Amino acid sequence: MLLFVIKRFGVMVLTALALTFVVFYLTNLPPNLEKLARTEGSVRMTDQAVADWIVQNGHGGSVFGRYAEWLGVAPGWALTDEKGVLRGRCVTNQVQTATYCGVLQGNWGTSTVFKKPVLDSVIEKLGQTAYLMAAVMLVMVPTSLLIGVMSGMREGSKTDRVLSFFSIATTATPEYVSGVVLVAIFASATTGLSPILAEWGWIDRKTLFLGTATSAQDNITFWNFTLPVMTIATYGIGYIARMTRASMAEVMTAQYIRTARLKGATFRSVVLKHALRNALIAPFTVIMLQFPWLLNGVVIVETLFNYKGFGWTLVQAAGNNDIDLLLGCAVVAVFVVLVTQLISDIGYVFLNPRIRLA
Amino acid sequence: MENELLSWGQIFASAMWQFTPVWGALALTFAVLIVLKNRLGLLGKLMDSPVGIFGLGIVLFWVFTAIFADFIITMDPIAQFGRVKNPPPGTPLVDPAGGYEYFLFGADHLARDVFSRMVMGARSVLIIAPAATAFAFMVGVTLGLPAGYYGGKLDTALSFIANLVLAFPVILLFYLLVTPEIRLTAIPTALAATLFLFPIIFFVTLFQTRFYTNPSKRNLYVGITLVIGLWAYAGLAFNADPLGIWSMEPNLLNVFVSVVFVNAPTVFRIVRGIVMDLKSRDYVAAGQTRGEGAWYIMLWEILPNARGPLIVDFCLRIGYTTILLGTLGFFGLGVSPESPDWGSTIDDGRKLLTLFVHPALVPALALMSLVLGLNLLADGLREESLKD
Repeated sequence: MLLFVIKRFGVMVLTALALTFVVFYLTNLPPNLEKLARTEGSVRMTDQAVADWIVQNGHGGSVFGRYAEWLGVAPGWALTDEKGVLRGRCVTNQVQTATYCGVLQGNWGTSTVFKKPVLDSVIEKLGQTAYLMAAVMLVMVPTSLLIGVMSGMREGSKTDRVLSFFSIATTATPEYVSGVVLVAIFASATTGLSPILAEWGWIDRKTLFLGTATSAQDNITFWNFTLPVMTIATYGIGYIARMTRASMAEVMTAQYIRTARLKGATFRSVVLKHALRNALIAPFTVIMLQFPWLLNGVVIVETLFNYKGFGWTLVQAAGNNDIDLLLGCAVVAVFVVLVTQLISDIGYVFLNPRIRLA
Repeated sequence: MENELLSWGQIFASAMWQFTPVWGALALTFAVLIVLKNRLGLLGKLMDSPVGIFGLGIVLFWVFTAIFADFIITMDPIAQFGRVKNPPPGTPLVDPAGGYEYFLFGADHLARDVFSRMVMGARSVLIIAPAATAFAFMVGVTLGLPAGYYGGKLDTALSFIANLVLAFPVILLFYLLVTPEIRLTAIPTALAATLFLFPIIFFVTLFQTRFYTNPSKRNLYVGITLVIGLWAYAGLAFNADPLGIWSMEPNLLNVFVSVVFVNAPTVFRIVRGIVMDLKSRDYVAAGQTRGEGAWYIMLWEILPNARGPLIVDFCLRIGYTTILLGTLGFFGLGVSPESPDWGSTIDDGRKLLTLFVHPALVPALALMSLVLGLNLLADGLREESLKD
């Protein structure tokens, strides 16, 4: 078990290095650096001036060297420019503070969009996204497990057919579709339910729910947070429910379930006491692997509902060629993906006594 | 009467009427399918599953819409009509310049007809999504077969790379790969040059292993594959087709390559898994005893037996690719700003979503129904293929 974890961990570190290098390489492509030079310096710089700017701001040299500097395993660059000002990666107010200062040392660079350290803004935005994620999990996991168990416990029944159709339909609804549909139904003053409900006097406001979640950053309410949460949850529910259904249906055909039925246990107690626990092993891994998917959903939903969280930050960083911020977001995203994969692998081994890795 | 909106019933009737060629083609197809039910294999068996029929119906509806799009549209999907922004569904056009008189599903913020854009969007989606999926399958199959069959170091290396791509959050990868800046570098061309090589390798190996005992036939098939393949390859990857038939806009190439790149690793994992399962079967051992080559066994013994799950996954994957293309359009990374593809149209419409719902809602429902159809079709196929 220990060896398995160590080996798995080694692969994870290797993957993290490879992925961050790819991101670093792609964000630091020469055209991106030229664009950065023109936005940070001046738009009318000559090509020579752009090339000089790139070198003077530590973007010259080999991409491997710069990656090592960014990571914090090579000494940060430093040079004195023609005005006699000392500049460099590890230089603050003209003083060289450290030799190594990369991501590993906690120096994630400065965002050109938000004009503040990347680490600060990423942590702040992650906090916002955490609320969204937590709410999504609270809605998505119980709903999908319930649907999956209900349809898997009597495979082929009418309930199963209806619920299966429902889960297929939700997997066919990506966030940008369900978001639009939900807004059309619940948050538009001209169409859907809101005008009718307002006319009947059932709601005080113009719309049943709010079509933007900007106000949820300060104060989360049922009114402004329902639609973003439902939008993300919808796409995930179908997938987890189908996995749960398959797992439940398989368990229900097992020998010990038949034994339990034959000894006279009620269907209810068979499902709750014997089947459920075994049927929930597979969905656990699926739910863990759902986190990277949630990341996608978060980016779409935060853009759609204008909720300034991690996904919104990623879009801002990419759209404004904010290299350090995009790298920071990428590190977080890669970290989330790899850690959930690790947890899912280890969790599976723990939960399933039949798998014992030496 | 000139300025009155159409009622919902009239809009519905007109829209149904516009789709006449599609209804005709659908009726004909289903008539053929039902008559030839017993002779069509899996497709015929699909007629036993209501879910499958329903899914197939939706998918065929969009396929025929894409084919007959020119006859269905009521207005030029790119042109702007009038100065009224976001007119609601059924608005009559004040000065009909010989064209249709009504915005059936309304018009968007640039006064472009939503109905015609949706119909034309089907065409762009249904060309790119299946093609990209087919390429992803070529790559995944060509690499997954040897990885599963030989195992060992090759498998470890390929699996590591596949997991690497899969560990990337898709949106981040798109933001890195589909940018205007990256087109100034050689990366899209290099990726295209690598990925587009796989179909050629696949078909050459396919014919070579089958016909190498019959050189004249082998030379014919391999020759045809190489001529067409390399011709298309030069045109698509390097935009260097001497005859100018095969070409792809740099923007489209970029989108296409990224979508293939994202899908291929999953196909690789599926193929690898199936091959690892199938290679212990008796018929593989029999082939090995007969002295058949490894690639012959992979391509002509194992692959045909893996077709069931692969066909199902192909359907699902077209749907997934459609979703990915929509995502790209949604973030403004799509093919071109004017393009009527569904993702870009949703992106255009979402800015005023709470005020004017129709410009975004129509393409959103279109995309959802196509993906739903593909998923239901896949479900029906899975059920029917499991019955053997």
